[in-house]
Amino acid sequence: MAHRIDPSCRYSKSHEWIRVTDEFGYIGISDYAQQQLSDIVYVEVPEVGDSFTQSEVFGVIESVKAATDCYLPVAGEIVEVNQDLEDTPELVNKDPYGDGWLVRIAIEDLGELDTLMSPQAYETFVKRVQAEAEH
Amino acid sequence: MTYIPHTALETEQMLASIGVERVEDLFTAIPETVRFPHIELPSPVSELEVMEELRALAGANATAQDSPCFLGAGAYHHFIPSVVNHIISRAEFYTAYTPYQPEISQGTLQAIFEYQTMICALTGLEVSNASHYDGATALAEALVMALAVYRGKKTKVVLCGGIHPEYREVAATYTQGMGIRIETTALTDTGLESAINLIDDETACLAVQTPDFLGRIHDLQPAVDAAHAHGALLIVVSNPIALGMLKPGGAYGADVVVGEGQALGNPLSFGGPYLGFFACRQEHVRRTSGRLVGQTTDINGQRGFVLTLSTREQHIRRERATSNICSNEGLNALAAAVYMAALGKCGLKQVAELCYHKAHYTAQRIAEIKGYQVNNNQPFFNEFIVACPQPAAIINKMLYEEYGIIGGYDLGRVDPALEKHMLICVTEVNSAAQIEGLATGLEEAAR
Amino acid sequence: MSEAIIYELSAPGRCAAHLPRLDVPAAEPLPDALLRSELELPEVSESDLVRHYVRLSQLNYAVDIGMYPLGSCTMKYNPKVHEDIARLAGFAEVHPYLPEELSQGCLQLMFALQQYLAAITGFEAVSLQPAAGAQGELSGVLMIRAYHRARGDTARTRMLIPDTAHGTNPASTVMVGLEMVQVSSDARGNIDLNDLSAKLDDTIAGMMLTNPNTLGLFDEHILEVTRLVHASGGLIYGDGANLNALMGIAKPAELGFDVMHLNLHKTFSTPHGGGGPGSGPVAARADLAQFLPGPIVTAHEAVYSALSGEALDIDADDPVADAPQYMRSLMCRLEMPEHSIGRIKSFYGQFGILVRAYTYIRMLGEEGLRATSEAAVLAANYIQASLRDTLPLPYDRLCMHECVFEGRVNGAEDIHALDISKRMIDYGIHPPTNYFPLVVPEALMIEPTETESKRSLDAFIQIVKAITEEAKKEPELLRTAPHRAPVGRLDEVQAARKLILRWQPEP
Repeated sequence: MAHRIDPSCRYSKSHEWIRVTDEFGYIGISDYAQQQLSDIVYVEVPEVGDSFTQSEVFGVIESVKAATDCYLPVAGEIVEVNQDLEDTPELVNKDPYGDGWLVRIAIEDLGELDTLMSPQAYETFVKRVQAEAEH
Repeated sequence: MTYIPHTALETEQMLASIGVERVEDLFTAIPETVRFPHIELPSPVSELEVMEELRALAGANATAQDSPCFLGAGAYHHFIPSVVNHIISRAEFYTAYTPYQPEISQGTLQAIFEYQTMICALTGLEVSNASHYDGATALAEALVMALAVYRGKKTKVVLCGGIHPEYREVAATYTQGMGIRIETTALTDTGLESAINLIDDETACLAVQTPDFLGRIHDLQPAVDAAHAHGALLIVVSNPIALGMLKPGGAYGADVVVGEGQALGNPLSFGGPYLGFFACRQEHVRRTSGRLVGQTTDINGQRGFVLTLSTREQHIRRERATSNICSNEGLNALAAAVYMAALGKCGLKQVAELCYHKAHYTAQRIAEIKGYQVNNNQPFFNEFIVACPQPAAIINKMLYEEYGIIGGYDLGRVDPALEKHMLICVTEVNSAAQIEGLATGLEEAAR
Repeated sequence: MSEAIIYELSAPGRCAAHLPRLDVPAAEPLPDALLRSELELPEVSESDLVRHYVRLSQLNYAVDIGMYPLGSCTMKYNPKVHEDIARLAGFAEVHPYLPEELSQGCLQLMFALQQYLAAITGFEAVSLQPAAGAQGELSGVLMIRAYHRARGDTARTRMLIPDTAHGTNPASTVMVGLEMVQVSSDARGNIDLNDLSAKLDDTIAGMMLTNPNTLGLFDEHILEVTRLVHASGGLIYGDGANLNALMGIAKPAELGFDVMHLNLHKTFSTPHGGGGPGSGPVAARADLAQFLPGPIVTAHEAVYSALSGEALDIDADDPVADAPQYMRSLMCRLEMPEHSIGRIKSFYGQFGILVRAYTYIRMLGEEGLRATSEAAVLAANYIQASLRDTLPLPYDRLCMHECVFEGRVNGAEDIHALDISKRMIDYGIHPPTNYFPLVVPEALMIEPTETESKRSLDAFIQIVKAITEEAKKEPELLRTAPHRAPVGRLDEVQAARKLILRWQPEP
């Protein structure tokens, strides 16, 4: 199935995206990732004020038959969580780059952004992952 | 004797399809040195003989059917309407597995959904699971849940000493590797104050029992308020029959209510299988353990039921599950549901009131006997402490041998200092004549 | 086909119970503050109640209706005599806190069952206390932890668990405060010895093994696996879920297991009850017996007066016992093992289930138990051989009591194991276990058990073949199945998103 890649984000290998304005970033999961998870029934997000290191688990996304960890693409402190997901977790399926965002963080080290993939690099990465899954 | 249906010819045909000659050839993966060991067992017997053997074993026990029974302490002899046993004996219920295929398990699923509804009504809470193993493990799982609610940030648990001693032991067993601290008060403390005083900001929960192990009813409001003031959860252990008349934990604002559900339509059965009921507030539903049945619709829009929030459970979440529980006490929960439905709103209240009045009459009757004191400074439900002129064990022996009466619980079993005290339990099955018999027996034993 | 919720049958003032009147003077009532104001239980008549539950029961599938080849669950026939015996008043109406001399029948039965289970598994000691397999497992892992701590070794904080393990294994490990370390399987479905060796060191408390494993395969290097773990100082925990393949075939203790649980509700034919009760006794080798959960039953020689029947002396070695006026007998008692991990539940175990398992073992004996395991393995291999050309078989060698296929059909790529399973319902059989073990994509795990006749096994084989044909010709028939069940495919996503966990009246 075709999937979208938002050109304004950077991506991690665990399929999270981050969109940066100043030293803050919105974080969510990619369209490809939400397709793989199928119907999302619950999103567990951290509390505002919690801090995480890069690649640390900060939340869990659940479908009916699976629970998948979410890893923070860069270190930071949670400054806002998407309250709407509590009642409408399907927003992650419907609009993964928009209304389905998960958390907003204050980025600790902007330099860590360089370790993430560009939209083009992520597209290639997903193609490779898909090819591997077929074999 | 076996339950294998194959004839010799069929076995041969199957072996031929597999491509081996003898049944033994199927086991070549097993090291020869340990293959086909001898098992030392008595010679097998027929169905007729096994019935005789087991009737003889059963006959070697004293039963609450043949002897008036005043023994409780966590396992209770109540009247069970005939419908309960007939319904749980339907093979469609008792020979089914866990309802993992909901389309052909709607009977089990809806029955559990109704059970959950009735447990919510009984406890005054919003969520009930499909059962735990017993009251003790339901409490242990409640403690684990409270610790999870605070994500490991609070590591202390306060257990009121009035909680059944075996429940406190099980809680300690469950949590021994979790790196937490359990603080407990004395069994004989009269109120909840000393337990309340142990709560601090490190405390994840306070657990109390009412009526407590010694039968005393506690007003829960101070415990709820104190726990919440420190950001801790309040867990209540309750007797479900008492909840036929007493204000439930949920109505006081408690976060979790658990208890032993045996009294709801399940026989004494020497301690098991019983069922633990578990109810909590909606906000904690994702931290609960055990199965939950939820309502949904099928592809035609018709109402139906499924196991839900399975991502909490071990078969999906594995090492990050809320508990390792898999099998629960499904058939016992069904018995409890049928019992609650058969008694209904009025019937359960009536059973509770019968227990209450008969116990109070018995207490008063025993208090009149020389040499015995009944401690009734505090309100109680259907169990109370009797101070005896001799060790309870000796009195009980005499009650059984001379009067065929099963006496009260010997409190010396939990505290040697209480060896002259027994916990008498009275339920709706104890007639006025039985109570009179007990009084006569006690009077005789005091001489 | 649907049935009203029992609350929907309710009308104020109705009651199905017939209770006695109060035959003693009433007491002073409790203060209002302690009393409840309402109790929302249903109010139905006895006939409505019975019809409601009978109709509900008819919406269920069960072993007494037909084949139930649910892998890992051992859904064998449950003998009816078990039910009659468990309901004898001498068992069902016995209070657990009776003085021991008044419950000798129960205690002697439990003592004998401990010995039988020890004989079958080759272990020295058994505790019947755990309520279910998961609790037996929790007990076993706590015992392994206690064993190392008793030796003063607190560094062993990690537990090896194969990638084929039941989910309870990692969950129990974490509950005990240990960390889990996954071990891979090799191409033949055995433990990968290289991976195992690489992960063994002095931080390993032990390894949790299911053998035969959840692929239904007996590990061909089992003695080497247990030797390696022991050599590094770890213990072997045995998950007894698959013991139905091993009775009289191999004793787990002789394979190198140190402690294991048994599932009486699987192997020893006690009914599953729609999800429980189970019973998960835990067995251990001699030096681990001191850590067992308790109490367990011990037997002592007692001397009774032949005249009064009174027990005179317990554990007596006294020559007076030989005098004719005395009788000797066994006196059973409940005792806590010396360094027990503690009580794992209240009272002594799922006694009613123990009665059934005892009855089963007494009727089968050594020969019958071995024949049972042989027939269970025969049936699974018959299905495996008969469907080898119909479904992909990832591990093609003789299996034990269950076999695992991939639920995929050549020429019908969009069809999943779930679709095949749901279609089986239309043919009147229960589907196998789906999507487990996790190492097999689209797993279909089939455990026929020894009590299915060849006719029944043949019918199952024909149904699977028919469904794979349908998958190629009419895939939609599978995707929308079941069509002949009381309800259609249910919306689990909706159930999880909009939680409705109890009935509430329409506002």
